[in-house]
Amino acid sequence: MMLNINDLQARVEEKAILKGINLQINPGEVHAIMGPNGSGKSSLASVLAGRESYEVTGGSVTFDGKDLLDMSPEVRAREGLFLAFQYPVEIPGVSNMQFLKAAVTEHRAHKGLPPFTPKEFLAFVKEKQQLVQFDSQLMNRSLNEGFSGGEKKRNEILQLAMLEPKLSILDETDSGLDIDALRIVSEGVNKLRSKDNAFLIITHYQRLLDYIVPDFVHVLYNGRIVRSGTRELALELEEKGYDWLKEEMHLQEPVQ
Amino acid sequence: MTNTLTSPIIAQLPGVFEQHLSDRKQAEPASLLTQRDEAFKTFMLKGFPAYRTEEWKYTNVAPFLQEAFSFDTTTTVANTTVEELLKAAIPAGLDAYTLVCVNGKFQKELSQVPAEADVQITTVSAAIEAGAYAPHFNTEYDYKHTFEDLNTALFEEGMMIVVKKGASVDKPMHIIHLYHHSSPLFAQTRQLWVVEEGAQAQIIETLVDPASNNAVLFNNNVTEIVTEATANLQHYQLQTALHHVRIVHQTRVHQHEDSVYSHFAFIMSSAAFTRNNIDIVHVGEHIETNLYGFYLASEQQLIDNHTAVHHAKPNCNSNELYKGVLLDKAVGVFNGKIFVHQDAQKTNAFQQNNNMILSEGAMVYTKPQLEIYADDVKCSHGTTIGQVSEEALFYLKSRGIGEAAARNMLVHAFAYDVTAQITVPAIRKYIEQIADEYLDTFANN
Repeated sequence: MMLNINDLQARVEEKAILKGINLQINPGEVHAIMGPNGSGKSSLASVLAGRESYEVTGGSVTFDGKDLLDMSPEVRAREGLFLAFQYPVEIPGVSNMQFLKAAVTEHRAHKGLPPFTPKEFLAFVKEKQQLVQFDSQLMNRSLNEGFSGGEKKRNEILQLAMLEPKLSILDETDSGLDIDALRIVSEGVNKLRSKDNAFLIITHYQRLLDYIVPDFVHVLYNGRIVRSGTRELALELEEKGYDWLKEEMHLQEPVQ
Repeated sequence: MTNTLTSPIIAQLPGVFEQHLSDRKQAEPASLLTQRDEAFKTFMLKGFPAYRTEEWKYTNVAPFLQEAFSFDTTTTVANTTVEELLKAAIPAGLDAYTLVCVNGKFQKELSQVPAEADVQITTVSAAIEAGAYAPHFNTEYDYKHTFEDLNTALFEEGMMIVVKKGASVDKPMHIIHLYHHSSPLFAQTRQLWVVEEGAQAQIIETLVDPASNNAVLFNNNVTEIVTEATANLQHYQLQTALHHVRIVHQTRVHQHEDSVYSHFAFIMSSAAFTRNNIDIVHVGEHIETNLYGFYLASEQQLIDNHTAVHHAKPNCNSNELYKGVLLDKAVGVFNGKIFVHQDAQKTNAFQQNNNMILSEGAMVYTKPQLEIYADDVKCSHGTTIGQVSEEALFYLKSRGIGEAAARNMLVHAFAYDVTAQITVPAIRKYIEQIADEYLDTFANN
């Protein structure tokens, strides 16, 4: 098993956000997490990546057998966990190229590999750039600065391609994308799928799952996974919305 | 509120000055001796700047003046020692002429100078003798700083550079100010640079006071600069001195029509105290002034940058950008003044000071000031104080970049607007490398 989330609980400030998540992901699998706004989808992504504003209050997460929660965000990344941000950050003054080089060098060092020579690095960038159809003009620009929504998301996928993670978490990668951009991003992800890596796709809509077909779909509601199934579950949600789920759940929740 | 500075130096000064003057009676023209005398009287009347007066509101100079200072800059130092120190002071890959001053005095035999047809370099005493000095020395303008008066009264030696009319100096000139002393030294050094009509030059300055001196250096330097019509001067100050160095540096520039003066101040030292004053006066039209600064301060350092641009004539541009990063318990002070005089219509004047505070105990006092007396001008000024963006830091870390490296990256990015203006690649590399080392030291403490 690659990722084992066991009864994970977390809060932001005083507010409990995750209330006991259980999820297992094996190599080669694509899992989708769906759910209404505010259900905790993005919080789960943030907690797994190690965002400091979240405090884990219970449960455990192992990643390839190691305690994930014990690692700093940079170590999680070097161990092979990747988060594609819902809102990629703009950093004026840091060039995209310089940033990618620093990240790749750290990953290689972690594996005991020497840094790429400039020539090797350029060849590597070029190969990955083509894979995700990333405009080479954007390479020497400041990181994400002035990029369109689609360019930012494509840049996330480019980073994913370059860092070759074991587990990629895509946090609402489809938000703010038009249909063409969505297709390009999805094609990039599909090309990167293999029997050795896994994806956790967080999305509000079914649409993305037409392009990246998941093996499993989970519904997150109020900090818990309330239902798991196959791709059909996503279609059912698309058809019926989330309201039926809310009603069903409220009956089960104790009156507060 | 007045606050009189007490220091043993106050009682010492009249005797020092009297001796100084009598030593020079034979060598210097009467006019210079008179100026020295007047400057000294003015200084004694005002005294060292009192803490909390407007110009020194956040900068208390008193703690830096408590040693039993010597004013004697005469020294002999082995050439081999000098050569070793020089090597360490030259940025890797910098192809430049090297002009060496020891305790303020230009040393021709240690220097590699440009062709005499392009640039004339002499000691101040030789320039005084030749009569070339007086026309540009201590030029009258409404306000002189206290330390400037003290310098005029007491300066012993220095260097005069004249870039000849129409000359375009093929390589930058790197001035290395080397100090050699074994007891606390109060050094008044003086420079006068004239860039004649149509001439172009780049001047880089570095101060070296090696740890082996083992005693405090208080360097009160005045550099007077004239850019004649259509001249272009780039002036880089690389302040990288060690902890025992205290600096008051005055740069006073008179710009004539169509000239360009660009000043780059990089303060990445361990010096306990740095005060830089830059005063620019426009005496012609169509002038361009660029002032760029980047300062890094840590531990208990005090770094104070005061700049003033006097737009006295129409159709001139000035552009100022100072950025600072404050660590530990360091204090940064920025004061930028732009005066747009009544005649100075069609002035474009921009000023910006941005600060990044990386430690809870660090502080910055910043005051951009704009005084406009003309009615058809474009001026702006602004200041910010912020921190490293946590979101940006997390983004970098989430890609495997370590905390310290990510922080360095963001500081470099912050400084980028300033470092990108450097036109000498070796200097840019040097600045970025020193900044890295500086931040690494901070991260490892």
